[in-house]
Amino acid sequence: MTAQAEPKAQPTGTFRTLRRGLALSPELRAGLAGTVALALVSMVGRAAVPVAIQQGIDKGLSVAGGPDMAVILRIVAITVGILAITTTCGYFMMRRLFTVSETALANLRVRAFRHIHDLSMLHQQSERRGTLVSRVTSDIDTITQFLQWGGVILLVNGGQLVVTTIVMSVYSWKLTLVVLAAFLPAVVVIRAFQKRLGGAYAESRRRIGVMLGAVSESVVGASVIRAYGISERSGAKLSETIDDYQRAQRRAMRLSVTSFSTGEIAAALALSAVVVVGTLLGVDGQISLGELTAYLFLVTLFIQPVQIATEVLNELQNATAGWSRVLDVLQLQPDVADPAHNGVDLPEGPLDVRFDQVSFAYPAGEPGKTGPRVLHEVHLDIPAKTRVAVVGETGSGKTTFAKLLTRLMDPTDGAVHLSGTPLTSVRFGSLRSRVVMVPQDGFLFDASIADNVRFARPDLTDEQLTAAFAELGLLDWVQGLTNGLDTQVGERGEALSVGERQLVALVRAYVADPDLLVLDEATSAVDPATEVRLQRTLDAVTRGRTTVAIAHRLSTAQAADEVIVVDRGVVVQRGPHDELVTHPDSIYAKLYASWLEQTR
Amino acid sequence: MTTDEPAEAAKPQVTGRDVLARGARVMWRGIRDEPRRFTIAVVGSCLFGSLVIGQAFVVGEIIEDVVEPALAPGGSVTARALVLSAVALIAMGLGRVLGIFGRRLGAGFMQFALQARYRHEVTGRYLRLPLSWHQRHATGTLLSNANSDVEAAWMPVAPLPFAVGTVFMLIVAVTALFLVDWAMALVGLVVFPVLFVMNVVFSRRMAPRTARAQHLRAEVSAIAHESFDGALVVKTMGREDLETRRFEARAQELRDALVSVGRLRGLFDPLMESLPFLGTLAALVVGAWRLQAGAIDLGQLIQVTFLFTVLAFPVRAIGWVLGDLPRAVAGWDRVERVLQATGEMPYGTGGATGTGPAQLSFQQVHFGYDTGQPVLHNVSFTIPAGRTVALVGPTGSGKSTIATLATRLLDPQHGTVALDGVDVRELSAAALASTVALVPQIAFVFDDTVRGNVALDRPGTDDDRVWQSLTTAQADTFVTRLPEGLDTALGERGTSLSGGQRQRVTLARALAGQPRLLILDDATSAVDPRVEARILASLRGASHAASILVVAYRRATIALADEVIYVEQGRVVAHGTHDELLSTVTGYADLVTAYEKAEAERERDTGYDSDDAASVREEEVAA
Ligand SMILES: Nc1ncnc2c1ncn2[C@@H]1O[C@H](COP(=O)(O)OP(=O)(O)OP(=O)(O)O)[C@@H](O)[C@H]1O
Ligand SMILES: Nc1ncnc2c1ncn2[C@@H]1O[C@H](COP(=O)(O)OP(=O)(O)OP(=O)(O)O)[C@@H](O)[C@H]1O
Ligand SMILES: [Mg+2]
Ligand SMILES: [Mg+2]
Repeated sequence: MTAQAEPKAQPTGTFRTLRRGLALSPELRAGLAGTVALALVSMVGRAAVPVAIQQGIDKGLSVAGGPDMAVILRIVAITVGILAITTTCGYFMMRRLFTVSETALANLRVRAFRHIHDLSMLHQQSERRGTLVSRVTSDIDTITQFLQWGGVILLVNGGQLVVTTIVMSVYSWKLTLVVLAAFLPAVVVIRAFQKRLGGAYAESRRRIGVMLGAVSESVVGASVIRAYGISERSGAKLSETIDDYQRAQRRAMRLSVTSFSTGEIAAALALSAVVVVGTLLGVDGQISLGELTAYLFLVTLFIQPVQIATEVLNELQNATAGWSRVLDVLQLQPDVADPAHNGVDLPEGPLDVRFDQVSFAYPAGEPGKTGPRVLHEVHLDIPAKTRVAVVGETGSGKTTFAKLLTRLMDPTDGAVHLSGTPLTSVRFGSLRSRVVMVPQDGFLFDASIADNVRFARPDLTDEQLTAAFAELGLLDWVQGLTNGLDTQVGERGEALSVGERQLVALVRAYVADPDLLVLDEATSAVDPATEVRLQRTLDAVTRGRTTVAIAHRLSTAQAADEVIVVDRGVVVQRGPHDELVTHPDSIYAKLYASWLEQTR
Repeated sequence: MTTDEPAEAAKPQVTGRDVLARGARVMWRGIRDEPRRFTIAVVGSCLFGSLVIGQAFVVGEIIEDVVEPALAPGGSVTARALVLSAVALIAMGLGRVLGIFGRRLGAGFMQFALQARYRHEVTGRYLRLPLSWHQRHATGTLLSNANSDVEAAWMPVAPLPFAVGTVFMLIVAVTALFLVDWAMALVGLVVFPVLFVMNVVFSRRMAPRTARAQHLRAEVSAIAHESFDGALVVKTMGREDLETRRFEARAQELRDALVSVGRLRGLFDPLMESLPFLGTLAALVVGAWRLQAGAIDLGQLIQVTFLFTVLAFPVRAIGWVLGDLPRAVAGWDRVERVLQATGEMPYGTGGATGTGPAQLSFQQVHFGYDTGQPVLHNVSFTIPAGRTVALVGPTGSGKSTIATLATRLLDPQHGTVALDGVDVRELSAAALASTVALVPQIAFVFDDTVRGNVALDRPGTDDDRVWQSLTTAQADTFVTRLPEGLDTALGERGTSLSGGQRQRVTLARALAGQPRLLILDDATSAVDPRVEARILASLRGASHAASILVVAYRRATIALADEVIYVEQGRVVAHGTHDELLSTVTGYADLVTAYEKAEAERERDTGYDSDDAASVREEEVAA
């Protein structure tokens, strides 16, 4: 399929990503000036040592009458003092950096998480769950890792580069020009590699997502895999994604090493150029021995950051690849957007429904393209307080209808109105509290039954909770469980039987107390006796609200005020059950005949 | 989660004391797994290290032999000497590049290979471990075991060869120092061990913090996974805020843990930085003293101080390894828990138990998912070969559990499940899979094409067979309409299909294997009555007859069965034909006639209603 098409990894530049990232996490800039200042001061320590050696050689060692220990000791003492100060500054710098960056990243994590929930259902489904999870976990971890490790080093070394360049220029601006000239080609080469490298890392991040998707599938589908004895097949598919990821990692690594080894060559060039030019300058009397020696030390200090870059820029690329994936998600506009404060609230009281020439087609393939229409110009009114059943063949568009009704998706054409208000202009806060759907595949959280019901209304007291079960006639059932309401339901509810899961999902929707309740096969796995009982109690307690129930079991249709028959995306019949069955040869009459055949 | 395992896992196990030894063991394991790449990396690293030291000496020599004479009053320099110096330095640079390639590619590839190897192993375990194990572990946690824990375990591998090379370099350096002067060498002998000890102290203090962070990482991942899994419920109930708060609570804990890791690092890193500088200064003082004593000359002093400067950075590589060890241990522990997980359900060696329809029997089977909470009590029944048996019972009575035991996804605590009289525990995986096919109550569709989902690459499942199964499952019409037919990818868990379509694909999957025993666990619930009727009809007429165990409520389905087993609360209450049970078992009668009764009642009600309406009208007329 189609919707599965991964959003293309954007091989955007490192700096663009960093800029984007900083714009979206302004917290990162908090106190940045102070941190940078501390970093610069902590750098002074490094530059202090070569200076001390130069001073020592020129003033303490090369003096007439042999080394002067007093001078040497004084110089060393001063340098140790400077080191003590700069080390302390280094500590505070790192503390600030970690605190600020971790705070910012935690916020980013939470924002990305929230944003993923705000995306439309179809957007969410267009990515594998593993990929979504990686956006708020391992992608962000790469940034953390980088900041904790490389970020500091990069910052510190950036400082080191600046400070040493300044000190070097003080000793000899001519030699400094020579050094910079030696590094120029390397800079050009590294820059040229950056784009490819960025692409390689982006690809490798993408591969992780695919890999996690495969792992997730083999874990969730464990029982099917085992039942069909296809663990080798699944294993092979999994292995492929693991190996693909490894290949992507290697490619990035090869590029990175090649690119940055140019730095090492530049370092050798710089050092030899300094020796040659320095000596010539010295012969010319422009530089002293001590100065030249100090300069050679300084060149090493200048080179070091470049060497370190070979270790760190690697991580930077990885981090920006991760970062840009998080940012991509954050910048994806929800296509079913909450009008928020521009929106209106639904009018008080029971809701009526109006589908106005609604058509729908699911997206297919590339963004913007759609597949065939699955609903065709559906035009209907459901008066307030009626109980409507929607029936039709598999794949006829019933669930699609329900998703449009609850605004999980927006129609391709036409509009849905609730009590005269276009759905698109209703605030989500109002919509979600007044309109609740029990989806076809009821999902429970890994918590107790009570917690799952409270998901809909966290303020529910124990008494209210028990009352809700009692009202639906399910109290006996839940009290019959070993731990009653405290029974843990397991992941996705898998420690309950499928029918039991549906019961919990139903109670959860019931306590949400909606004015429009949409049930998509909400009791398809519940045994007939329980279903019939439930139906009756539900009818009683939901009287006064509008309910739309999708069901294959026509008992639901019989009990409804009105039946809507959908066939291949078109509403072909509607009316009360008793009336519909009187049309021989109609789709409904056939469905009903078959139902009778099956239940008698 | 009903077991105590996660609770136990919640306590980070790594203590500071043994973390280094355990970390070393993890690294050793990595080296043993990847000896070739490790060797390449270490050789590269040593080459690099030697050249770094060599450079210090070469620079010292150049200063002494070329620069100093040249800069001496009235001194001069030959072009040849200068060119020679330059060439020497550049050649050493090229050598270093070679070393870097060896070290970085060796180390990187080693790290990636180890990650991949253990990902293979961990996911291989996932595929082999039984359902009962999976039921006790959250998907999110398992995801993080395969991803971030494996990554953490091999994190120190990247700088490891560098560190090993550095150790080598230090030995060379100290030896070289001794060659220069013993007093200068002593400075090195003091500084380097102190560096090492500091690193050790650091990683010990670090261990519990990183373990905690790693643990929280897994929790954050588990919450995210569950929450995205249930995204539809979150959305339809508008609980995004609630979920975000739940996630945020853990994310903030993780943040705190990471900040505490960072603070320690912040304390340690600057110290580690400064120490080599102090060494350089000490070398200057000692050197001055030795110079005064005439034991060394100026060139040697410069050499030594230069050496300390260039060593300052590589020495930190040791720190990186040691610094990452605690996290590696934490990650490895979590990986190992999966690798060493027991409770594997070994398959037997028995081959196929026969040809034609299989016989299934349960003998005094007792089963509970959790000890102390039995779900099935003394369940015994037999499905004779070639028969169709309906399994009927109220919600939660244990039907799916029976189906699960029959396919040997779980083993009973007592009693036996047998196919053709052979205990299923004695059958090989292949024999089981080719004999029994289960269509589970919840359709699971793989992220694959229609063909892949139905055929599952099993022998004999060619396109003809696939189409045939799709036709029987009444899935051919919609598959034909899919854009790429059999090659249409269905998306993760089949999102692009309707509920009933998913069910039919899984039904076709079971049929394609031509099983000898077919178990349908309420597998047509989302299928319209008309379609179900057609499916059942074609199943009956199938050329490859199979014994069928069908969990069902619909009368038509039950009517197809030769026999009915009625279960209630995990016990077989009755066993017989539909008519027998209908007249003797009230529970059964209530269940299967529920719709009829409901309709009758409804008609009565509406009858009253219209009577009421009629009387109202009469009154009106009267009035
Ligand atoms: N996410 C999706 N992407 C693409 N096509 C989809 C998607 N969801 C559903 N469809 C297609 O739209 C059509 C209508 O599906 P829908 O889920 O509305 O059917 P339904 O009437 O609810 O069927 P069922 O009774 O099986 O639940 C089907 O042909 C289905 O394959
Ligand atoms: N993984 C599990 N862990 C713990 N208890 C479980 C688990 N799965 C099922 N149960 C419990 O075992 C009992 C039987 O469940 P089972 O799924 O077999 O019922 P069922 O007859 O298939 O019901 P349904 O008709 O609703 O599918 C139920 O009470 C259920 O809560
Ligand atoms: Mg549906
Ligand atoms: Mg079941």
